Amino acid sequence: MSEGDLLHVVASDNIGPTRRSLGLALIWGSPAVLALVALAQVLQVWGGYDFGFSNWRPTLYAYVLYAICLCWGQVLVKGEQGKRILFVLPAALFVVSLTVFPLLFGLVIAFSNWNLSSPDGRQFNGVANLVQMWNDPFYWNALTNMVWYVLAILPEYVVAFALALMLNAEIRGRKFFRVAFLMPLMLSPVAVSWMIGKSMMETRFGPLANLMKHLGWQEPSFFSSPWIAKSTIMLMDAWTFIPFMMIMILAGLQAIPKELQEAARVDGATGWRAFWEVTFPLMLPVSITSVLIRLIFKLKLADIVINVTSGGPGGATDTVTSFIFREYRDRSNVGYGTMLAMVYLVIIIVVMTLLMKAAERYMKSSY
Amino acid sequence: MTTQIFRDSAADRTFRAKWWTGRVVIYGLLIFWAIVALFPIYWTMSTSFKMAPDVMKGSLVPWWDFTPKWLGWKSLGLSPSTIFEPSTVRGEFLRRFYNSAVISVTSSVLAVALGSLAAYGLSRFSYKFLWMKNADISFFFLSQLILPPVVLALPFLVLYKELALLDTQVGLILLYTLSVLPIVIWIMRDQFAGIPTELEEAAMVDGQSIWGAYLTIILPIALPGMVAALILSLVLTWNEYFFAALLTSTYANTLPVMVASQTGSQGISWWSMAALSFAAILPLIIIGIGLERFIIKGMAAGAVK
Repeated sequence: MSEGDLLHVVASDNIGPTRRSLGLALIWGSPAVLALVALAQVLQVWGGYDFGFSNWRPTLYAYVLYAICLCWGQVLVKGEQGKRILFVLPAALFVVSLTVFPLLFGLVIAFSNWNLSSPDGRQFNGVANLVQMWNDPFYWNALTNMVWYVLAILPEYVVAFALALMLNAEIRGRKFFRVAFLMPLMLSPVAVSWMIGKSMMETRFGPLANLMKHLGWQEPSFFSSPWIAKSTIMLMDAWTFIPFMMIMILAGLQAIPKELQEAARVDGATGWRAFWEVTFPLMLPVSITSVLIRLIFKLKLADIVINVTSGGPGGATDTVTSFIFREYRDRSNVGYGTMLAMVYLVIIIVVMTLLMKAAERYMKSSY
Repeated sequence: MTTQIFRDSAADRTFRAKWWTGRVVIYGLLIFWAIVALFPIYWTMSTSFKMAPDVMKGSLVPWWDFTPKWLGWKSLGLSPSTIFEPSTVRGEFLRRFYNSAVISVTSSVLAVALGSLAAYGLSRFSYKFLWMKNADISFFFLSQLILPPVVLALPFLVLYKELALLDTQVGLILLYTLSVLPIVIWIMRDQFAGIPTELEEAAMVDGQSIWGAYLTIILPIALPGMVAALILSLVLTWNEYFFAALLTSTYANTLPVMVASQTGSQGISWWSMAALSFAAILPLIIIGIGLERFIIKGMAAGAVK
């Protein structure tokens, strides 16, 4: 994005002193209200005073009031400039208050021993959670599983690319096939867990089990041995998300000018070579985008695992998210669970940054 | 009689044969994948009309190898014979359905409203907040996509407990809005970048303020993109399970939580489970068929720059 405004606006702001002071009063007065309310609540919790608060809602309302006053005050004080700020400010405030604040709060939780079901409440315990994590084979197991799950993106990508190529070819009934291929993405992973994981893969009479029997697998059981269970989860996840990559790649394919492929054909390139030397390189940026986004979604994989195997057999299908989910649900261990999640976040940020940097450099060098 | 003058040479005939095999392979693969994609849906739908022996036999084709019965839907209270009778299961189902609908629609609308404003601002003006310029602010918004839900889940659980937002619709709406906001901003940024700034300039020469120009000129043009963003958000929020499972218990449960809690119990009958699953995915199947155009548009927006 270039410097300077893209949209040039000449505005004559004449902001009178009253308006200005009203705006400033809003901007500085509302945090004062917020601080007062928060102080009163803190005093009630730790200082022994009683103001009759039953929960922290008053502080929340004061915060909302502050956010509104901040937005309004911008317009009052800064005029035209303030109106521009008003476009981004609400979203920014929303995101900051819902991520940055909980993340900071999460950091506090992460370094404490806090079991929601025990009456002791929160106790600061330093790096004890980190030590426990380091010695927790199940967490490392979940992280290793994530590596495998992430690697499964590559075959998914190949299938998605093939499907996109077919949809982009001269075929009849393209709309039907497009809708049909899109369908799995629409379905809720929880419903998919039952539809496929629990019912179609039911060992006695599920249609998939029957099919496997016909294909010569004597006693098909999809979730009993670790690797089979892991691949089944991979397949189910792939089934839901292949359409996602397919559509992004299809959009990329349709954006390629037809002349380029025709030129390649005139030059004598036939199918396979035309694909590898014209289409595929042109699709590289789209491919990288779609794989990266798929990666982001893959790292959140949990719903299917929670509902089909709940991590079993022996943690073979556990993802980090499902592991923490169970850690909380079975043991109400908020402190330890948050620490695991924070470590996971750090790993994700590092890996994603490296990948994005690598992708950027690669794209620059090749074009 | 005339004799045939022009004949296909041998080379042409092999070309044709090749073309035909190509067709057969492509359609074969297309149909194969269509079956892969659609069969589970068909299986769920047909199972909801089966009785126990039909399920055990693995029957597939209605009226040919099993007779459709309303058993599954009857247990949900949604079959023709029970629809007018009081049913606790139906009440439960409708409550969850209503929760899902309210939460997903509100949060999607909120996300589209906030997100398109921010995307518009970022595509038109240059901001500077502390060290952050436009590109940094955009990145700040989009980077939220990377944040795994599990990181926010437990802090939110504790916060919501203190704020008495646990098991409320508002609590889930806030989180869902947050989770789809980056996607909306991504799609909308693309939309606004494609609209020439001369439009607003002309409107402002005519005496409109920037907000007036945005509301009357730009929004109608960007509407298809907004619809795409809205539908994508609807799909994502309707299907969300993780937060709903952690943060709701009795009052604000959504449909996926209900489906999941039923799968957990072993005794539940197959037909009613199938009916429940199918009822849960039906709205999205309808959206998928009817509004496929917008979904594809929304997802394509980010892919092609």
